[in-house]
Amino acid sequence: MLNSIVEMFSYDFIVRAFIVGVVISICAALLGVVLVLRRNSMIGDGLSHVAFGAFAIATVLNLTPLYFAIPVAIIVSFLILRLNQNSKIHGDSAIALVSASALAIGVMAISIIKGVNVDINAYLFGSILSVTTSDLVISSILGCIVILFFIFFYHRIFAITIDETFAKSIGLKVNYYQAILAIICSIVVVIGMKLLGSLLISSLIIFPCLTSMHLFKNFRQVIISSAVISVICFSVGLIASYLFSTPTGASVVIVNLVAYIICWLTSKLK
Amino acid sequence: MTLLETQHLTLGYDDQTVINNLSFKVNDGDFICIVGANGSGKSTLAKGLLGLIKPKSGKVIFRQLEATNIGYMPQEHKINHNFPASVLEIVLSGFLNQTGHSPFYSKQQKQQALENLKLLHIEKLARETFNTLSGGQRQKVLLARSLCATTKLLILDEPSNNLDYKSKQELYRLAKKLNRKRHITILMITHDLDHKNLIGDKILALSGEKYFFGPTSEYVKTIHAEAHHA
Repeated sequence: MLNSIVEMFSYDFIVRAFIVGVVISICAALLGVVLVLRRNSMIGDGLSHVAFGAFAIATVLNLTPLYFAIPVAIIVSFLILRLNQNSKIHGDSAIALVSASALAIGVMAISIIKGVNVDINAYLFGSILSVTTSDLVISSILGCIVILFFIFFYHRIFAITIDETFAKSIGLKVNYYQAILAIICSIVVVIGMKLLGSLLISSLIIFPCLTSMHLFKNFRQVIISSAVISVICFSVGLIASYLFSTPTGASVVIVNLVAYIICWLTSKLK
Repeated sequence: MTLLETQHLTLGYDDQTVINNLSFKVNDGDFICIVGANGSGKSTLAKGLLGLIKPKSGKVIFRQLEATNIGYMPQEHKINHNFPASVLEIVLSGFLNQTGHSPFYSKQQKQQALENLKLLHIEKLARETFNTLSGGQRQKVLLARSLCATTKLLILDEPSNNLDYKSKQELYRLAKKLNRKRHITILMITHDLDHKNLIGDKILALSGEKYFFGPTSEYVKTIHAEAHHA
């Protein structure tokens, strides 16, 4: 088995996918803790559908999907936040509206270019073959920014996550932080979607946080362990998908699910 | 010495007015209870004083005080009950209005946080998880957090909500102690109108368009008179 793993990392495209995946796993997990605890985690799911729609439109218009999808996702994430604050539509319904519409637009766009060979499967369920060098560059930059952001603003992120009203009362600019988180979330989702697929990427945001909440009881431990758990699950999933020739996205999600069940059982037995 | 005053303050949301033309003064060392029925605008007033909502007209004036230096204690039920956070993590976050650009808390701040916990007799809970505590303990943790944010003025929003009689009395006792011994000015929102629990020196009573602001003893007299008439 060890030989197969060594052999696996001799392929350039797998090394690329591995690095991008590890970075995205860390970012998604850190972000996920904040989104899950603020009860905003469905934003990730909504944005992944939007990213799908944007990829499809970019293909039709013959644009580079990444450069088109990232700005679109950022704009939509701001829209969702706005809809959230506007109490006339509830956050969850707002996200459902946006994601269904984006999905429909994407499907329409793809049907227009039927003649062209579009791999809809790769969009929906991810493909490690689709990870390019520019994805690698963007995700490395993103990874550095996200990690620095979480280190330098750790206490402020904590305050905003646990109690927004109090955070505002001591002068924290909650809206700015929210906007930064929305931008990070958009980029994580768009790049992660190429790897894990539109339908599976949101699990990378939600699973690690829920898993580590079964094991740890304070914020610092939860946030650090989420990142660690996320990287381990991704690595195991990627290797398993190579060894057993299973789809990468689904393998990673299933490893996350197994980790969740194990941690849940451990916390029950304690 | 006046810490804070409002002049003809009108607050509300969209086209709805909740607080209308309210003028009152908070002096250094006051213990003021803000009372009124549900929907009379108590919490709105607190948010107005903190600058979280803009006045529709009139103004809030700070004297030797900054809006971000008020220790505010929001209602406890707003906190997600599954939140993984230790007591110390929560209490320390009160210092965020004084950390400037530093990403970390200073040693003195950590020391001060522990002292605030001691003052409220919950120093043993420092490493506990917030969501495993009882209602009374949680309120004290949030009070300790707001103490970290200020040495001058505390605004407490219904701190005794959902507490049993004993915890309620203890919390009131602690508030009085902070007021007398630490010389912290307190504005306490409450809908606990039981006379025995009217603990402040002054009362601001909100009801619709009119309001009462004056010493507690006078307020008790007016209620008695009204009850008598009815």
